[in-house]
Amino acid sequence: MRSAHLSVVPAQDCEARCAPAVELRGVGKTFSSRNGRVDVLSGLNFSLQNGEFLAIVGPSGSGKSTVLNLLAGLDQPTAGSVLCQGAPVAAVNTGIGYLTQHDSLLPWRTVEQNIAVPLELRNIDRTETALRVRDLIAQVGLEGFERHYPSQLSGGMRKRAMLARTLIYDPPVLLMDEPFGPLDAQLKLVLQAELLKLWSARRKTVVFVTHDIVEAITLADRVLVFSSRPCQIRLDEPIAIPRPREVHEVRFHPAFEEHYRRLWAALEAPARRPS
Amino acid sequence: MSTQVLSETQAEPALSLSSRVWLYRAISVVAMLTAWQAASGPLLDPFWVSSPAAVFKTLVAWTASGQLAYHLMITFKETAAGFVLGATAGVLFALLIGASDTLHRTVDPFVTAVYGVPKVALAPLFIMWFGIGLAPKIVLAAISVFFLVFFSTLRGVREVDHKMVDALRTMGGGKFAVQRMVIFPSALPWLFTGLKLGLPYGFVGAVAAEMMASNAGIGYLTQNSAGQLDTAGVFAALFALMVVTTLLNEALGRLESWIFRWR
Repeated sequence: MRSAHLSVVPAQDCEARCAPAVELRGVGKTFSSRNGRVDVLSGLNFSLQNGEFLAIVGPSGSGKSTVLNLLAGLDQPTAGSVLCQGAPVAAVNTGIGYLTQHDSLLPWRTVEQNIAVPLELRNIDRTETALRVRDLIAQVGLEGFERHYPSQLSGGMRKRAMLARTLIYDPPVLLMDEPFGPLDAQLKLVLQAELLKLWSARRKTVVFVTHDIVEAITLADRVLVFSSRPCQIRLDEPIAIPRPREVHEVRFHPAFEEHYRRLWAALEAPARRPS
Repeated sequence: MSTQVLSETQAEPALSLSSRVWLYRAISVVAMLTAWQAASGPLLDPFWVSSPAAVFKTLVAWTASGQLAYHLMITFKETAAGFVLGATAGVLFALLIGASDTLHRTVDPFVTAVYGVPKVALAPLFIMWFGIGLAPKIVLAAISVFFLVFFSTLRGVREVDHKMVDALRTMGGGKFAVQRMVIFPSALPWLFTGLKLGLPYGFVGAVAAEMMASNAGIGYLTQNSAGQLDTAGVFAALFALMVVTTLLNEALGRLESWIFRWR
């Protein structure tokens, strides 16, 4: 199933630079605080092919967000190396789009001005910017709200605006940190459906952190289950549900139950204490 | 019954809140002036407290002779120049120092120490350095404004939401872009607080320097009237200054609410 859809990625011109889109090699991260040192990650390995949609689930505080921050280059690992498109991430990684859990829209800019920020940073001329902004606003369903300020939008609309702002500069890798966490169940489904639609149109590599197992199965090609600190990969589960998927149908697919059971068991398992 | 009462209360929209406030303000002013006028003479010696009528007469005479406009303009020019200089320096300095934690912590005690010096005490020094023209007044006004704007803006820069900064960096924003697109706009409300606090102090600086050495400006006018034992003149000069400060503060407030229309 997985290989079937992965063949969508043009395999021929990938040959030369067939490095994984994202790779973590023996990554460790230790935070020092007044109460001592905390090993959040140690010896973490995983990699991700171009165009793959990976979900990471795990208990809170298990270092899921830390992994994203390392990939974004906002933080540096204390051990091992983090690679993106084959190159080590040494500084802030501008080849990714990072959709954080928190609202990071600029409150003094309207929706369209917010979405235009990445293009402004790249000195793209006004006509093209306006064109691309209009296009993305339509894609995320924010027509009619172009001139609104973030304070005038609902939580779901702000997420849409953030998603549009991330997609507009077309980064090959998307990092998403519980992007739909605080939204209500119905809105969540709607946004998941739109994310899948956008993803199948653009085939980005996605690392999607969530604590919702159903969401992980619904969206991802592969789900990693993290243990609590120091984080280890409990389970690396490929999802055998064919695409295109309907978000509200996925849970009735015969394979769903098995995936759900295994992921849940992996999450539940008592933490193996490092001796 | 109750619905009737409700609709009655709604059907009678008395004066809106803001017009009522204006009405109360007008009543307060009239009451104060009347009390002052009534007390001056029977209760208090007009030589010491003057009276609204006498102050008004002086104002009319000064306006007619062009004296008031002339002196007011001088003080306004000094303050405006000092305000622009001090505020610009304050903002730039705050952005610069706020950008680096090390720099901020190094400089902080020195700035606070200098801030503690009463600015008016520096006036004689500035008069020695810059003479008795406009320069020492501008410098004193600038310094008074500088510290308020600087501290306020610096506070705003330090309180910036780091999630926005990180978001901009991952989208490809460099240091300068982060300053321009995140830090400056998010410090802007603080900057405005500094400007509004600083404006009256700018006038204080300019007027104080005028009182020490000058032959023009509201400070000179007050000093000169007091020298001639003309209480009405002192009050008239102060009143004119008060009106100008209030109007300018109102203008700043309008500008502020236009800039922060996103809130």
